[in-house]
Amino acid sequence: MSRLTAQNQEVAAEIISRYPRAKSALIPLLHLAQEQDGYVADDAMEHLAELVGVTPAEVLGTCSFYEMFVRHPVGKYKIDICTNISCQLVGGEELLHHAEETLGIRAGGTTDDGLFTIEDVECIAACTEGPCLQVNYRYEYRLSNSDFDNMIEGLRDGSRDDVPPHGTLGLTRQHIPQDHLAGIGSPETTPMPAWFESRQPEPEAEGA
Amino acid sequence: MTDTAPTEATTGVPFTLNGKDLEAKDGELLIEAAERNGVHIPRFCYHPRMESVGMCRMCLVEVDTGRGPGLQPSCMLTVTPNMLVNTESESTKAAQDGVLELTLINHPLDCPVCDKGGECPLQDNAFAFGPGESRFVEEKRHYEKPIPISDLVFLDRERCILCDRCTRFADDVAGDPLIHFIDRGNQTQVNTFPGLPFSSYFSGNTVQICPVGALTSKPYRFTARPWDLAENESTSTVDSTGARIVLQSSQDKLVRILGVDSDAVNWSWLSDKERFAYEATNAESRLHDPMMDTSGALESVRWNAALGAAVNALALAPSKIGVIGGARMSVESQYAWAKMLKGLAGIDNIDAQLGDGIDAEAIMSLPRATIDEAAQPGGVIVLVGIDPKEDLPTLYLRLRHAVVKDGASLIEMTPRATGLSEFASARIHTQPGSLGVIAQSLGTGMVGTSVAGVSARQLTDASKLLKSKRPVTVIVGRGNLAERDGYTVAALKSLRSGFPEAKFLSALRRGNIHGALEMGLTPGLLPGGQPLDTEIDGWITTPAERGLDTEGILRSAVKGEISTLLLLGSDPLTDYPDRNLVREAFDAVTNVVSVDAFLTESSQRANVVLPTTLAGESAGTFLNLENRLSPIRSKVTGPGQTRDDWMIAADIAAVAGGDLGFSTVSEIREEISALIPTFADIDWSEVDAAGDGPLIASSPLVGSDLRTSGADYSVPVPSGDYGLRLVVDRKMWDLGTMVNESASQSQLHTEAYAGLASADATRLGVFDGDKVAVTAGDHQASLAVKVIAGLPAGSVHIPFRLPGFDPGEAISASFPVNEVAVEVESS
Repeated sequence: MSRLTAQNQEVAAEIISRYPRAKSALIPLLHLAQEQDGYVADDAMEHLAELVGVTPAEVLGTCSFYEMFVRHPVGKYKIDICTNISCQLVGGEELLHHAEETLGIRAGGTTDDGLFTIEDVECIAACTEGPCLQVNYRYEYRLSNSDFDNMIEGLRDGSRDDVPPHGTLGLTRQHIPQDHLAGIGSPETTPMPAWFESRQPEPEAEGA
Repeated sequence: MTDTAPTEATTGVPFTLNGKDLEAKDGELLIEAAERNGVHIPRFCYHPRMESVGMCRMCLVEVDTGRGPGLQPSCMLTVTPNMLVNTESESTKAAQDGVLELTLINHPLDCPVCDKGGECPLQDNAFAFGPGESRFVEEKRHYEKPIPISDLVFLDRERCILCDRCTRFADDVAGDPLIHFIDRGNQTQVNTFPGLPFSSYFSGNTVQICPVGALTSKPYRFTARPWDLAENESTSTVDSTGARIVLQSSQDKLVRILGVDSDAVNWSWLSDKERFAYEATNAESRLHDPMMDTSGALESVRWNAALGAAVNALALAPSKIGVIGGARMSVESQYAWAKMLKGLAGIDNIDAQLGDGIDAEAIMSLPRATIDEAAQPGGVIVLVGIDPKEDLPTLYLRLRHAVVKDGASLIEMTPRATGLSEFASARIHTQPGSLGVIAQSLGTGMVGTSVAGVSARQLTDASKLLKSKRPVTVIVGRGNLAERDGYTVAALKSLRSGFPEAKFLSALRRGNIHGALEMGLTPGLLPGGQPLDTEIDGWITTPAERGLDTEGILRSAVKGEISTLLLLGSDPLTDYPDRNLVREAFDAVTNVVSVDAFLTESSQRANVVLPTTLAGESAGTFLNLENRLSPIRSKVTGPGQTRDDWMIAADIAAVAGGDLGFSTVSEIREEISALIPTFADIDWSEVDAAGDGPLIASSPLVGSDLRTSGADYSVPVPSGDYGLRLVVDRKMWDLGTMVNESASQSQLHTEAYAGLASADATRLGVFDGDKVAVTAGDHQASLAVKVIAGLPAGSVHIPFRLPGFDPGEAISASFPVNEVAVEVESS
């Protein structure tokens, strides 16, 4: 929907300054764009292309490769319910059906109030804790239908303030002071850090 | 070649291929070594002019390097000593079967309606190496059938086998990564960013290298089947690079042009302008019959009448006739016209350049470099004036490769940033009128202070490179039509005296301009760069005194001293930079005789129009910017009553009672070899044989002192505080005749714009897209602003021949530089 705001452009500049080549910053910048709009908008991709000096097609190529980047608007809370084998055996499918019934949408859809999107996903690596789901990549384990309803209720009334809106990765933003940056500059011209050189194997002795 | 490609063999690498002991070149890829020894390994993604990526797995072969046999992709594998390779083993065949079965899983079986059917590597490989049947019964993936990814190219994603050739080409070769792999896994597809088409000047190459029918070109789609095509190897006459091409025709109509992998010239790449040039040849608007203005309008007449009228118009004293053009014709036709005009009629007011080139003697006195010499690793290229991406796009690809991949250094001395700027080691952007003094400081090595707005640092960087790197190649063209060519001549003079071992590549852009200069279609010279007092056997006469160039011809016409203009395929009314001068000249002359293929603005003003054939319809040779002679072959017959250019010269001579002494192209060639020293050693059968053509010998002018009369070092003083100096150059897509007559190319140009330096834009308070009023005399236009990278403050860049504003209205050939007023529009 939109390019980066002035404030986020400052954040973007800081992120870019951490990398020897601007285009290496593309993935954190895509997260920034997704944090701003809840999804990665076309305009945002064009803006990122300008910021890191690549074409928008290259940004789209990178963005579309990763499932965590969503290129269409989704709800404030994106609920990924696992229906892979381990969860399926302990009621994952039933949990998904319950979620669909409760929220009145099919998997992939978004509620009219723009709060919830349900996705039917493959294994999310919590097989001992099934049936499980992620809300904006925060895990919920061993859910019964009423657990699910409570979760939705908490998200609706704001009591679940541990889950930020979709796109926000962390509740705090990382800042690296300029004097703590490592390896800035072209990799070809930057000297190896001392600790790295000390780990290089000794050259073999003559005739060894 | 790619980095991994073989260089000259230093030591042979012994290896065994299918039981035979062979030698590979040092560093040679297995797929190449096998090919050279007669074993074709199937492949999709491997392309000899691009870096290997090993995407398609089709070239898997069984390789044993001492650790037992295993399957390895032969395009990623350098041959190592004593490698055992088996391309016919059971496991190789099983791998080929498997790869093809998987490749075909999603590939539709729509070969009968596919353009590629019949010349398709996937068809061929499936037939030769495939399993014959598929075990796949599921639904194939489906996409919307062809989507346009640019104005010239369609993409059918269902057919795509994801070989990465087009995307690699766009990124690595052309430098326009506007197509990319999108999505992942089974959904992976090639596509553009929404709303941002693949508008590369080189997009057509992706169609040629696509190993399936996923990419098709708009002009060729559904016009022919490959097995119905007849073809002839030829040379592109679109610009002076002289790219080698194959002309393909069906039912006596040109339907396609493909690039030929000429190692010396174009490496199989073509610009879209060269690739789709045949559309103009096929245009409905081609002239079919001779035409004469008998009753106030041009009417079709018989050849006899038209030739008679042409002869009448030319039956004047030589000084009363001016001849403009000739760069479009073949070398043979150029010789015929030179002999007719200079050798029979004694006319020397002949210029093949339209005031947009560089003094012919200056160009011809330069020691010539080849493209290969310019592109040498470790060398330094000095780009003077032109933006090769716009003017000579195929040369641009070679230069880009030299600078990006082979480590050549680039110094640009141009009026603005070029397509190569991001790779340049020194960027010297010259204000109009300052090229001479800047080159002087480089030539003399006095680079301690800034010169004409160029910082001492840029000059020092350039000077260091020029002192330390060898060879030095200067690529020189006219970068600004609104600035006199004397500044370019001055730059050449300084660079030549400062770097005596430097070689030069002329970037005069008009098709066969170098042939025209060599054949004497320029004032003061006879063929082969010989002076006017040379006696040439078989020539009745030679011009008594040095004639006029195009500017001189037009000025004399205005004064009434020239009463007949003969146009050899030129359109000065739109193509000559000084619009007022050329208009006045056309108003003043009595007769205009035009030899042309289209009714251009100029030929519409002619009394007699003689219709000619174009490249592809007539045979001959072409002299490219390296002075390399390569064949132009005919493939189809010209429309209507058109005649080849040399025939028209011979016909005019015959009607006038003379005889040029030849009646076939080969007779002209014999005469050229016999009479012109630079062509004495040319073996014409070698020229006609496929392969890189021979370079012609240096003319006696080479090495002679540059004519200094034209050289200009004076930096003009700005006339007023609101005037901006004009920088006028050409875009690849413009309103040029050939582009304009091609259905699919005529809409590719942009509107005229006012290109401003960012400092001037800030001063005026305007941004990209805002409108400004551009005033030149009583001519005014409202143009959109475009901030141009590298443009020095005080200049305004307006391209030539774009709709919206004709900068020719603001150019006067009598001024060293020209200015326009640019003001913010009051809204």
